[in-house]
Amino acid sequence: MLRVSRNPAVDTALKLVATAVLMFSFVFVVMVPLYNVLCDALGINGKTSGQAYTAAPAGIDESREITVQFIARNNDGMPWAFNPGDRMLRVHPGAATSTVFHARNPLPKAMVAQAIPSVSPSRAAEYFHKTECFCFNQQPLDGASTAEMPLQFIVDRDLPRDIKTITLSYTLFDVTDMASDAVAAR
Amino acid sequence: MGDHHHGPAKGLSRWLFTTNHKDIGTMYLWFSFAMFLLGGTFAMIIRAELFQPGMQLVEPAFFNQMTTLHGLVMVFGAIMPSFVGLANWLIPMMIGAPDMALPRLNNWSFWILPPAFLLLASTLFMEGGAPAAGWTFYAPLSTTYAGPSVTIFIFCIHILGVSSIMGSINIIATVMNMRAPGMSYMKMPLFVWTWLITAFLLVAVMPVLAGAVTMMLMDVHFGTSFFSAAGGGDPVLFQHIFWFFGHPEVYIIILPAFGVVSQIIPAFSRKPLFGYDSMVYATAAIAFLSFIVWAHHMYTVGMPVAGELFFMYATMLIAVPTGVKVFNWITTMWRGALTFETPMLFCIGFLVLFTIGGFTGLMLSIAPADFQYHDSYFVVAHFHYVMVAGAVFSMTAAVYFWLPKWCGKMYNETMGKTHFWISFIAFNVTFFPQHFVGLAGMPRRIPDYSLQFADFNMMSSIGAFVYGASQLLFLYNVIATIVAGKPVSDDKVWDGAEGLEWTVATPAPYHTFEVPPKIDPAHAHF
Repeated sequence: MLRVSRNPAVDTALKLVATAVLMFSFVFVVMVPLYNVLCDALGINGKTSGQAYTAAPAGIDESREITVQFIARNNDGMPWAFNPGDRMLRVHPGAATSTVFHARNPLPKAMVAQAIPSVSPSRAAEYFHKTECFCFNQQPLDGASTAEMPLQFIVDRDLPRDIKTITLSYTLFDVTDMASDAVAAR
Repeated sequence: MGDHHHGPAKGLSRWLFTTNHKDIGTMYLWFSFAMFLLGGTFAMIIRAELFQPGMQLVEPAFFNQMTTLHGLVMVFGAIMPSFVGLANWLIPMMIGAPDMALPRLNNWSFWILPPAFLLLASTLFMEGGAPAAGWTFYAPLSTTYAGPSVTIFIFCIHILGVSSIMGSINIIATVMNMRAPGMSYMKMPLFVWTWLITAFLLVAVMPVLAGAVTMMLMDVHFGTSFFSAAGGGDPVLFQHIFWFFGHPEVYIIILPAFGVVSQIIPAFSRKPLFGYDSMVYATAAIAFLSFIVWAHHMYTVGMPVAGELFFMYATMLIAVPTGVKVFNWITTMWRGALTFETPMLFCIGFLVLFTIGGFTGLMLSIAPADFQYHDSYFVVAHFHYVMVAGAVFSMTAAVYFWLPKWCGKMYNETMGKTHFWISFIAFNVTFFPQHFVGLAGMPRRIPDYSLQFADFNMMSSIGAFVYGASQLLFLYNVIATIVAGKPVSDDKVWDGAEGLEWTVATPAPYHTFEVPPKIDPAHAHF
């Protein structure tokens, strides 16, 4: 038994202080990463992976077609015009498909945006793979100019058969204030 | 030995520098009562605004500040410190210890509280007003959309977290190291047991709350994105962290109340507590379960069905140990020689109303039904049944029960009973109709409502004003007792009371159990 003080109550107290410190760090080093890992792994909240999908193609499932819907919306106070190029596509699982989103910055100043994706139903999130996406990076745009932002995706062949429609929604955030200098300089 | 048996110092410095557990307990109790009145004032403003539909008295922004401060002050300023005060007064006397294990720490954990709440109250006068995101301060309402007062709010939470943790450490260290010889764990009074378990809960989860507000601080000032979706964070994460603290927190509030009731009901039933061992195990079981049910507060955030089911079943499981407790209290009263003095009345009121609150809790635990109840007045009714009729009623019972021991004078029984009946009726008039308006769809935290809810809201407001006023009767009774109550000379103030605290002189001397008491090995438990 570790003894620091002649008073056993002080020993008890020190152990409890250590417990409290441990619980404080638990929030940062366990809860936050664990939450993010779980959300990514299980597609909770419709979160999709933040990285490009690189697995080898496993062939196209011609037997069924999935409807993929695209939604673009702005977060509170974001002035850009932001729209999907295609409102809806019908795709075979396993087939790589491309589409674009249109963005226009109506203000005279350069801004930086970040799009946050969400897939519905959230069960489908882990089967929706993006091989290329504008949402992987912050998107700078000069004042009064437009951009076409590409998206390439594959719906996994293992998508549960009861899912016929997947909705991919992007919310665009104004991150000009917090954008890294590297992006701003580009 | 001469200066060993000294009495209290004179003047203000007695209270500022005291390390005596009784002095510190007294200060905690008075402080918490002051906070109870402050939080009550906020509640009166809320009920005055809701007296009639339409915008009546205050601006919506101020109304939000009132609901937020009411919750924060009542939870962190009134209920929690009141039970810490009770623990300070009673735990050393109940286990036969001369004082708390770490008396100077004890002084410090009390004295950092008043400045913290002074700061919190001062935000009312800041530009932008006090925090207004609700007592649960969900992000991004409390980060991106918060006023400048959020920084002071975070600082306050840190201070009172530190105070709670230090208080808990002291309680655990006292119970583990300072019990009189022969006072084994399974002989300790149930109040000591429930506080020991509560203290462990506090040490485990107050740092989690500190972590949550630290992340808020970093999001607001240092450009991190823990809770901001734009930077890759997630506002739902805040809710998970908050409720990982928040659910154990509600048991932190109610477990000491269980302990109080377990001391008082046997005294006025003149029977030992029924099922002592099962009470201890039930308390421990509730504490354990409190860590795995947090997401039942957030059924509507879009969890997978498996998650909803897990949290639903785990939550329902809590009804089992809680039921054990309720049945044990009833069985303790069964065929007892019952008398109905004020403390007993408040305990029976607790038993009836807490059980109603428990049942509505069970209704809320049903995930599919909760989608209807969520954020409605039904939830408000539920948690006031367990917080007010649970924690506050039992705390009131405790004051009436131990006050004669503390000050050596008897309170006015007629006034006490009047206080009980007014409180009991007014409480129900206030909160029972809120079940109905909640089920009919009235949302909480909104300063205006649809006309169909007008009658029930008027009832609620009238009940609230009467309930609030009846607490002034309580204050008067306590002061009148201390100043001019009828002296009590019996060590054992109540003929059915058991426990070491009743073996010392009345009023309790400044120093007790400087020599540990002899404990009869044949005594089953206290």
